[in-house]
Amino acid sequence: MKKIEAYIRHESFEPIRMELLSLGFPSLSISEVKGSGRQKGITERYRGAELTNWLRPKVKLECVVATQDVQTVVDAILKHARTGQIGDGKVFVMPVEEAYRIRTGESGEETLQAHPEVAAQATA
Amino acid sequence: MRRRTGAALLGAALASVALPGSALADTKDAAAAGVLPDSVAINSIWVVVAALLVIFMQAGFAFLEIGFSRAKNAGTVVAKILTNFSIAALAYWAIGFAFAFGNGDILGTHGFLLRDYGDPQQAFGIMGLSDATIESKWLFQFSFCAVSLAIVWGTTLERIKFAVYVIYAIVFASVIYPIASHWVFGGGWLQSNLGMQDFAGSTAVHLIGATGAFAVLLQLGARRGKYGPDGQPRAIPGHSMPLFGLGVLILWLGWFGFNPGSTLNAMDGRFPEVALVTMLAAAAGVLGAVAVARWKTGTVDIGMAGNGAIGALVAITAPSGYVEAWTAPLIGGIAGVIVPLGVYWIDRRIDDPVGALTAHGLCGVWGTLSCGIFTSPGLAKFNAVGDAGLIYTGSFHQLFTQALGIVTVFAFVFALSYATFAAIKATIGLRVSPEEEEAGLDISEHGMYGYPEQFIPAPELIGYSPAFAVPARETPRGATTKEVPVT
Repeated sequence: MKKIEAYIRHESFEPIRMELLSLGFPSLSISEVKGSGRQKGITERYRGAELTNWLRPKVKLECVVATQDVQTVVDAILKHARTGQIGDGKVFVMPVEEAYRIRTGESGEETLQAHPEVAAQATA
Repeated sequence: MRRRTGAALLGAALASVALPGSALADTKDAAAAGVLPDSVAINSIWVVVAALLVIFMQAGFAFLEIGFSRAKNAGTVVAKILTNFSIAALAYWAIGFAFAFGNGDILGTHGFLLRDYGDPQQAFGIMGLSDATIESKWLFQFSFCAVSLAIVWGTTLERIKFAVYVIYAIVFASVIYPIASHWVFGGGWLQSNLGMQDFAGSTAVHLIGATGAFAVLLQLGARRGKYGPDGQPRAIPGHSMPLFGLGVLILWLGWFGFNPGSTLNAMDGRFPEVALVTMLAAAAGVLGAVAVARWKTGTVDIGMAGNGAIGALVAITAPSGYVEAWTAPLIGGIAGVIVPLGVYWIDRRIDDPVGALTAHGLCGVWGTLSCGIFTSPGLAKFNAVGDAGLIYTGSFHQLFTQALGIVTVFAFVFALSYATFAAIKATIGLRVSPEEEEAGLDISEHGMYGYPEQFIPAPELIGYSPAFAVPARETPRGATTKEVPVT
């Protein structure tokens, strides 16, 4: 089991979500984050004065998948999040020790398995 | 704007016999000589008050559009409204007013820069029924032009270049609006020769604005993300329903200058009746729109309630001085039904973020046509324009005249507007880049956010001091969201 954590541009999220859905990975979380990297800030002009903001808004996308699915998900993220410009973001993959589905109490990789029926619905 | 021989006109005629024309033209001299009729002061007060109410409608348009925009495009509306309002004032003073209200079948030919017109009662003959001073009449008519211009931009939110506003505003306030409105209520051929009825401008203000809005939208295209790959429309919710509601109520209030003020006259006591008609129609419009939205979607849609009010107010604008009060709820209620149906229908095809094409366009058409149905014989005679409507005469003549006027005005305004926008598109372009649209017009066009705290990390705002700021590295002139690599 691996956790994939991606820092991406806002506009790339929807294409990624659609692709993951069609591949059978509907389960994910996102949060609005602000961060800095090599991408420059935005210089705002407020009534003649300048104000530079070094923290840029990004979307943090998190999902936990079975180890064999990691490459599929990462590829989907790379495919849609890349513009080739600085500021496209980063993807991290890290190990997860255990997972539980709260509703049933199940644990292990079954709780993370891909959902082919969701993919079928999405493409239908 | 209505031609008739009222007591005011009689008084003005008597005064012109007693005084040389030049002295009458100057109210200050007339006042000094003790021959300025009280009616001049009373009518001028009413016309200026009405003009101020209509000017307040700019705030209504601003809040309505801000509420229906996403937060990243909130500030740009303020800059747009202020700039357009100002351009319209100068253009309408220099050129537009003379075209619109000077005498002539096709267009007026004198009164440019509001100078050299001689006796204003003669020079702007169609408004001669009221002895209000020409300056008060100018202010009132200019405020109409500004409203019509504000309507144009409802369809263009969140993606248009700021420069487009500036260029089109000059053409619109100097040529397009003045000539088209001259035909309808400035004494031009549609009004004087054919007898088209439009008391305060369902066609002359609202349909003209909506036609411009249609012409620009066809060339501008939808907002990014409005239509999915499957071609189905997506909702792009505005960021503030409270601000939208404030805008609607300001517009509603302003309409009590718009319609009742179009009497240009307080002495005949007609204006409270017009106000009553206006109120009844708007009320019916809200209820009609709420009912239809509830029926079609299962919810009481906030936006539709507001648009229903606007649509009904637009519809009652033309007939407000021609119909009996009992018809007002009918006219407004039908407009209220048109609004949600029109918005759902248009939204499937083209991206009109505020519903301007429905509220000002379709309802403007309905309101203008409704004169041909409901105009009462007494008021047609009183205004001395056209005949009574279908329900009184059984004749389709007036209805046909109304339809002809609508088609004529639409064709003229659409042709000129489409050509103007095509020229702008071919030279500087209509749309911002996809990156700028994604970032929002506030930062890309104005270099600042409408709501800074929402977009800028708070720690940088609090205690920000240029002395401790990281020095900006070759920051390009003007703010940009374009990615620039660190050197």
